[in-house]
Amino acid sequence: MATIENNLFDIRTMDTLASGNTGLHRLDPRAKLITTLIFIVMVVSLGKYEISMMIPFVIYPVAMVVGADLPVFYLLKKILIVSPFAVLIGIFNPLLDTQPLLEIGRVSLSGGWVSFFSILIRFALTVGAALVLICLTGFNGVCMALEKLKVPLPFVIQLLFLYRYLFVLIEEASRMIRARSLRSFDSGRMRFKVFVPLLGQLLLRTLDRAQRIHLAMLCRGFDGHIRVAKPMTFGQKEVIFILSWSCFFILARRYNLPVIFGSIIEGFF
Amino acid sequence: MSHHIVKADNLYYTYPDGTMGVNGISFTITHGESVALVGANGAGKSTLLLHLNGCLVSAKGEIRIGDYQLTPKTMKAARRSVGMVFQDPDDQLFMPTVFDDVAFGPMNLGLPEQEVKDRVILALETVGAAHLKNRPPYKLSGGEKRAVAIATILAASPDILVMDEPTSNLDPLSRKRLISLLQTFEHTKIIATHDLDMALDVCERTIVLHKGEITADGPTLDIFNNEDLLLKSGLEKPLRMQEYKPILANLKKKTHHHDHDHNHHHHH
Amino acid sequence: MHMADALISPAVGGALWAASAGLIGYCSKKLRQDQDDRKIPLMGVIGAFIFAAQMINFTIPATGSSGHLGGGMILAILLGPHAAFLAMASVLTVQALFFADGGLLALGCNIFNLGFFPCFICYPLIYKLFVRGKASSGAIITGALVSAILGLQMGAFSVVLETFFSGISELPFAVFVALMLPIHLAIGLVEGITTAAVILFVWKSRPEIMMASPEPGRGYSIGKVLAGFAAAAVIVGGALSWFASSHPDGLEWAMFRTAGVEKFAAPEKGIHSSLSAIQEKTAFLPDYGFKTTESHPGEETAGAWPAVNPGTSVSGLVGGLLTLCLAVFIGFVIKRRKAART
Repeated sequence: MATIENNLFDIRTMDTLASGNTGLHRLDPRAKLITTLIFIVMVVSLGKYEISMMIPFVIYPVAMVVGADLPVFYLLKKILIVSPFAVLIGIFNPLLDTQPLLEIGRVSLSGGWVSFFSILIRFALTVGAALVLICLTGFNGVCMALEKLKVPLPFVIQLLFLYRYLFVLIEEASRMIRARSLRSFDSGRMRFKVFVPLLGQLLLRTLDRAQRIHLAMLCRGFDGHIRVAKPMTFGQKEVIFILSWSCFFILARRYNLPVIFGSIIEGFF
Repeated sequence: MSHHIVKADNLYYTYPDGTMGVNGISFTITHGESVALVGANGAGKSTLLLHLNGCLVSAKGEIRIGDYQLTPKTMKAARRSVGMVFQDPDDQLFMPTVFDDVAFGPMNLGLPEQEVKDRVILALETVGAAHLKNRPPYKLSGGEKRAVAIATILAASPDILVMDEPTSNLDPLSRKRLISLLQTFEHTKIIATHDLDMALDVCERTIVLHKGEITADGPTLDIFNNEDLLLKSGLEKPLRMQEYKPILANLKKKTHHHDHDHNHHHHH
Repeated sequence: MHMADALISPAVGGALWAASAGLIGYCSKKLRQDQDDRKIPLMGVIGAFIFAAQMINFTIPATGSSGHLGGGMILAILLGPHAAFLAMASVLTVQALFFADGGLLALGCNIFNLGFFPCFICYPLIYKLFVRGKASSGAIITGALVSAILGLQMGAFSVVLETFFSGISELPFAVFVALMLPIHLAIGLVEGITTAAVILFVWKSRPEIMMASPEPGRGYSIGKVLAGFAAAAVIVGGALSWFASSHPDGLEWAMFRTAGVEKFAAPEKGIHSSLSAIQEKTAFLPDYGFKTTESHPGEETAGAWPAVNPGTSVSGLVGGLLTLCLAVFIGFVIKRRKAART
């Protein structure tokens, strides 16, 4: 089954990107996490016809992609893969909302089309920001940031373990699936009668593995507490990063920058 | 200075589902000795290893690590002196990066940060994996995983190393590297393995297990020369001690004298 | 059933974030008190199992569609409510970060919808009702089936509530409920059957695992506390979104849902009436959403896009396009220069 392995490959790719060594990569994960959250809240809080106000927000992901040398087309492809959902959500708008909203010369654009594009842009921006965060920081970095931001340790540890064993278990699952499909000669269908023991078997192996991991932990003096030593420096750079982006977001949220920009341009003619 | 001694006295263990684990096992391993634990699948090797630091507790009999008898009270001290390397490195490397993983043991000992760091680096250098320290475990090759797994144990500076199948799933070069690494360790070593050639290189003494019981305990070379004993315990001579039979010759013989089955040339 | 960032208001997203964060804190505290350190690796590895398991599909006979294992109930049965909630939350977090399932703001909603109900309502109050003390295959099947279905119904209902309080959908509440619940009845049925089957498989092959499964703490008082939590979240969300005036946006989402079942015949009336409501509102285009800081409302409307004035709209479009081009251009130039330097 190709999809399972593709997922794995995808996670690995993003993780590799996160091991880059640009200034943005080196920034404390907390700064990036907080900025991303502010960004998303600001974008989501925009109204559905406010396309023009959304545009300046593109600058943030673009700046991150450029500053950190992230592969643009890879990220665009990832956004594209999940976009059918957004398209399906939005495609009804033009049908339902036919009130003209914009008139450019002879052509009039209905409110439905405007809100359709607004949903698409909103989707691309929020998804893009989350992807950029993970590609800049890595999952472990995000977890460390959470820990430093006082998210309860058991939850953070849980996230780390989940992430660690995701790779092991997905590989195990795809081996089992491959073994099944090599011996079942009827098309590619998985019948329920096969599905259950396959999954049950995987679950039993998982439980055994958990037991072995626990033993391995005990053997190295595990006493119920996991200590994470990760010195992080939240310095001037981080403060400036958060503050300047936040200022920009607030500015873009409050004033319609493109309109101002546009009228200045128009003023010349 | 007797704290590198491992002594088992009449151990019995049966799994909850009724499978026999070990059935009356006794031995003494002294300071600095290097012992191979060999036997067919299901002979009780892993079960025995899990007893050595209290992961399993025998129904009867006792274990002594150094001066202590292994009891729930002395468990912590025992685990500090017995370092256990599991068969599947994926079970052992559970932290997000190699560094964190190797630091796990020392951190649990409550050492100051700088010493933890020093120990991690030293352990990683010992196994030749210092360059891997910031990698996540899933980005390591099989050989690297094994090396790091050993480093995680070394970092807690145990006196006794217990290993379950350290050479399994390694490519020939990684295996060779591991063997020379093991030869440099001065710890007391107990190694459960099917790789008898490795045992020949690393261990001067061998204990043979069969169906939960010890069938032989003595110098490695003597035991590997005793073909009857090996055969009875579901083993065969280390490949290095067997005579080389080219496949081509084998094939020829088969086609020429069809009714002389190959039992014949198995024996010379 | 994942909520998406594009569909919720910041107020509702924030409120549900707070509720989920509170629950995570509570569960973490419970686990610390629990002192069962076996659970630490167990939770993580089973979380990874759920993740992997959701990628394995089976073919549902005679429909051509496929189903997979759900998450919440099987976690609750194997781990007990507190650990299960944390495991479910972490699965959803990873999905949100890597696969853009839902999104970061909607994560609070998703954790609440898919974690709270199975772990804290269905498992202790429903599953335990069937499987009490001695387990039998019949009890496990009915228990898992009923609680998986009900858990998903509650989750779906809470999606409706969240969308409703986000003020994004104009679809009448009752119609929305009537759309969501039947769809999720079908999904719940599949989830319930798979959960029951897998649990049964484990129970038959290794009964000792199920015996060792943890008891759900001192039951009901916790349930009450959490129900209070839920109520508070809903009230806070509602109150906040009241301020964050409504602006229809997510109607089409319900349409999308219905399109999967029927050709949208019955609720047509509702749509049309809500459509006119949309058009009424667009006449003065109120700024919706972000008013958590109520300090300067005057400036806010001044800064926002005013009425439908073709003049400003065109300049907005022109400016927007230029800004976009500029952003991309600058990025391109910097990238080029960087490449040249190295």
